Amino acid sequence: MTGAFYLAALVAAVSTGLAITSLNAVHALLYLIVSFLAVAVVFFIFGAPFIAMLEIIIYAGAIMVLFVFVVMMLNLGRRAIEQEAGWLTPRMWIGPSILSATLLGELLYLFGSGILSQAGGITVQTPKQVSVVLLGPYLIGIELASMLLLPGLVGAYHLGRRLNSEDA
Amino acid sequence: MNEVAFRLPIIAGVLVTLLTLSALLIWLERRLLGFWQERYGPNRVGPFGLLQSVADMIKIFMKEDWVPPFADKAVFVIAPAVIIVTVLMSFAVVPFTPSIVVADLNIGLLFFLAMSSLSAYSVVLAGWASNNKYSLLGGLRASAQMLSYEVFMGLSLMGVVMLAGSFNLGDIVEAQRDLWFCIPQILGFIIFLIAGLAETKRIPFDIPEAEAELVAGFHTEYSGMKFGMFFVGEYLGIILISAMITVLFFGGWQGPWLPPAIWFSIKTFLFICLFILLRAALPRLRFDQLMAFGWKVMLPLALVNLTVTGALVLAGHPSK
Repeated sequence: MTGAFYLAALVAAVSTGLAITSLNAVHALLYLIVSFLAVAVVFFIFGAPFIAMLEIIIYAGAIMVLFVFVVMMLNLGRRAIEQEAGWLTPRMWIGPSILSATLLGELLYLFGSGILSQAGGITVQTPKQVSVVLLGPYLIGIELASMLLLPGLVGAYHLGRRLNSEDA
Repeated sequence: MNEVAFRLPIIAGVLVTLLTLSALLIWLERRLLGFWQERYGPNRVGPFGLLQSVADMIKIFMKEDWVPPFADKAVFVIAPAVIIVTVLMSFAVVPFTPSIVVADLNIGLLFFLAMSSLSAYSVVLAGWASNNKYSLLGGLRASAQMLSYEVFMGLSLMGVVMLAGSFNLGDIVEAQRDLWFCIPQILGFIIFLIAGLAETKRIPFDIPEAEAELVAGFHTEYSGMKFGMFFVGEYLGIILISAMITVLFFGGWQGPWLPPAIWFSIKTFLFICLFILLRAALPRLRFDQLMAFGWKVMLPLALVNLTVTGALVLAGHPSK
């Protein structure tokens, strides 16, 4: 189990790195998808199969298809790759590196302090348990999300409507 | 470790059976299409033309496997593998009989939905990597179609989940001991059948590869066994959707007298034949018709089905 975890984590880390550094937009998206799949495996190993499947269905399966769809429609060619290469200068790495180094330091501190190891063994969470928590104490979160989605839906409908005057 | 050793023969058996069946389906489809169109179909190679699949396979293996110089090579090669891998992975959760199931996951149905959403990448990537305008159009159509139809494919199954009270496919089959879900979930069954047709990109939903307008759509540039993999993937998809319909709506392995495996095979076979009959009977839809039908008819119907089923299940359990 531990071996599977380290393997999945390694794949996730490497593919995320490649997603950032690849110049071709579609290749970058593909690496990001692999990264999502690897993270789903990590969730699965840590006893959260429901979340793992949602990660694949929603992130890898739906949202990323939309990304790929848009990138395909733009049909970026060799010019875009050269442009990307121009943007990815060494100076661009400074800001993100400081931020990631801070996070890494924090993570190492937590590992060192031994707080994380007190969490105990892995228990498998079934879909029922997730739902009970989600529709119980966290109901307000669901209601807020649905309120957020409704304006999005109405807005999309408004933008996509057909004007009668143009419709001849 | 013992459990892995116990599973290996099952995995090997399922794989071999599926790949053989998908090759035989080439013959079955051509033969049935011939029957429904008042002609013979392939009947020369072997008894009843049964060896036609072998002849087709030899032919497709012998063909030159060509990667166009203008294509994105890595993605071009990966794309046909994606469809085979995702469809075969989905079979891992299908309970063929009470004992023959590769992975008895408690989230089996979600796993199936996840794999079917990933299989969309195969077509999309093939269309993009070919670097050909017809392929790209086919890929764009496929991604729009599969995204739209996945939404209510998932929704149509939630009625079944509510009635069975589980995502585990084995539990869903057990819950149909008294009454197959095709009766209380008739609407869900019809919606799932249509969504399944669209997911496998079969006529009348084969717009991504409409040969009248797009040459061959996303697989225009593919040849040899890479083309063959799209072909096998399509047939595996038909078997998968038929098997899922059997498991979710028609009681899976259950039935009197005959052993479970036989019942499962009979039911699945009937749905495979239904898929082929639909190809023989229906014309291809137009793309705007397809999208309008999906979002304006099927999605509201799936939502109504979900609400009514939920209300009825709640009414049946007043204590909760």
